[in-house]
Amino acid sequence: MRSILPILTVVAAILVLWYAGAVGMNAKWAQDQAKRAGVELSTTQLVADTWSQARPRLPAPHQVVAELWQTTVQKKITSKRSLVFHGWITLSATLLGFVFGTGAGILLAVGIVHNRAMDMSVMPWAIASQTIPILAIAPMIIVVLNSIGVQGLVPKAIISAYLSFFPVVVGMVKGLRSPDSMQLDLLRTYNTGGGSTFWKLRLPSSMPYLFTSLKIGMAASLVGAIVGELPTGAIRGLGARMLTGSYYGQTIQIWSALFAAAILAATLVGIIGIIQRRTLKRMGMM
Amino acid sequence: MAWIIFALVFWGAAYGLNIWLSKSPMHATRAVRLAVPVVFGVTILVVWEGLVRGLGVPRVILPPPSTIAVTFSGELSTLWVDFVQTFVKGALSGYIIGCGSAVIIAVLIDRSPFLQRGLLPVGNFIAALPIIGTAPILVMWFGFDWQSKAAVVVVMVFFPMLVNTVQGLADTSTMQRDLMKTYSASYWQTLLKLRLPAAMPAVFNGLKISTTLALIGAIVAEFFGSPIKGMGFRISTEVGRLGLDMVWAEIAVAALAGSAFYGIVAIIEKGVTFWHPSQRG
Repeated sequence: MRSILPILTVVAAILVLWYAGAVGMNAKWAQDQAKRAGVELSTTQLVADTWSQARPRLPAPHQVVAELWQTTVQKKITSKRSLVFHGWITLSATLLGFVFGTGAGILLAVGIVHNRAMDMSVMPWAIASQTIPILAIAPMIIVVLNSIGVQGLVPKAIISAYLSFFPVVVGMVKGLRSPDSMQLDLLRTYNTGGGSTFWKLRLPSSMPYLFTSLKIGMAASLVGAIVGELPTGAIRGLGARMLTGSYYGQTIQIWSALFAAAILAATLVGIIGIIQRRTLKRMGMM
Repeated sequence: MAWIIFALVFWGAAYGLNIWLSKSPMHATRAVRLAVPVVFGVTILVVWEGLVRGLGVPRVILPPPSTIAVTFSGELSTLWVDFVQTFVKGALSGYIIGCGSAVIIAVLIDRSPFLQRGLLPVGNFIAALPIIGTAPILVMWFGFDWQSKAAVVVVMVFFPMLVNTVQGLADTSTMQRDLMKTYSASYWQTLLKLRLPAAMPAVFNGLKISTTLALIGAIVAEFFGSPIKGMGFRISTEVGRLGLDMVWAEIAVAALAGSAFYGIVAIIEKGVTFWHPSQRG
């Protein structure tokens, strides 16, 4: 709690810099307009103009907030202009991909921990996949699936799934291996089989790792869904809002879509964080 | 049909080989540890080739690896131009600027616990956001050429790097700092001789995370507009023309560049943090 004041200070500093940046970046346009109209702008007029342009190079924070307010609360959620509508399109693909990706990741991690052949053949590739930009195959998945007639939610969910898959595999393998040899030996002296060792020791002690990798996987899923909306010129979803915004120079629209994506990411990761805290507290691990 | 049978037989044989290798008494040796994943990778390529040829999958859906290899070797000059545009100009320059400025700012804010307490949560928060979304904005500001890609990379690597460096700089024990004090070391001496070296494991952790982010940022930023070269540009246009063998060749380049980049940073880390427990043994 004592860090609230520092955080607020930093946020305030960012806002001040942002407003100053908006003045700096939009001033040229404002002055060009004034010159064309043949009027001289006073400093206050200049500042006021840079903060209220329709297509600024850098929209001021209050313009973005106003746009967010207009496109979420004041529009019907079925409207094509509602950010809630676009956000839901992206969110549904994210969640579907996340569930399948993390589910498959956990299953593979269980296999890796119990089968040495699998461990030795798959694990190096899973780790190597973290170092390569697998996001690059996203456009191909969209177009190829489109050409065989699959479009809409599923291709984006596939991208989300494979982006969240590998971090979860790597994290869960680490978690399932986290019990130390003393604990494993104890269960061996009880003559416990592999199944009970898994349910009573390995799985519970992997929980902190599971939640950490779920958070990473959720963030990766959202990025996957957004990038999945770019290549085909999609018309629905947060990524599509950014793309159309950049085509038509609607900077305020890009920024509001960006903020909607950020709020979505923060909410999703925050929900996992709350579940994590509750679960670990109940398990006595915190 | 022969292709399918060949693929299945090869798969069975490789499966048996890997099981035998991992159960053999030599499973801990370096050669076997390397051989098993290689066998796995080769098997995937062979099964891919066999199934694509055997089932007659159209080339616009999934080209066989051999076609991709032919395209790769035939289009080396194009791939090199794209690599230079995206990796050397976009990703690498952005990586150096972004990581460098993050380390400098981390050292600056390190003197003020107030700023640290404020910036760390904000930085952690921003690092979890889909920063890739800033790409259209930065492309609009810095134009279509590599400068905008470098800018996207700077924004993407900055916060993970900042958070890691700040945490690393705090990674000294009271005993160590007291020792420096008994030597009457100045702030700069303590920083250069104790705290920066002690921060290196965390700094390299951030550098390694950033290698992947840099490539992703540079490639995805090109989807929003680029000159007529670059890996992201080639991927998006060739996908549109259904030239999937070229897309796969670009992806192979991206994979090679990504793992080589990571590998080089890991080798430097090994040299710099040789004293750290994780590097011993």
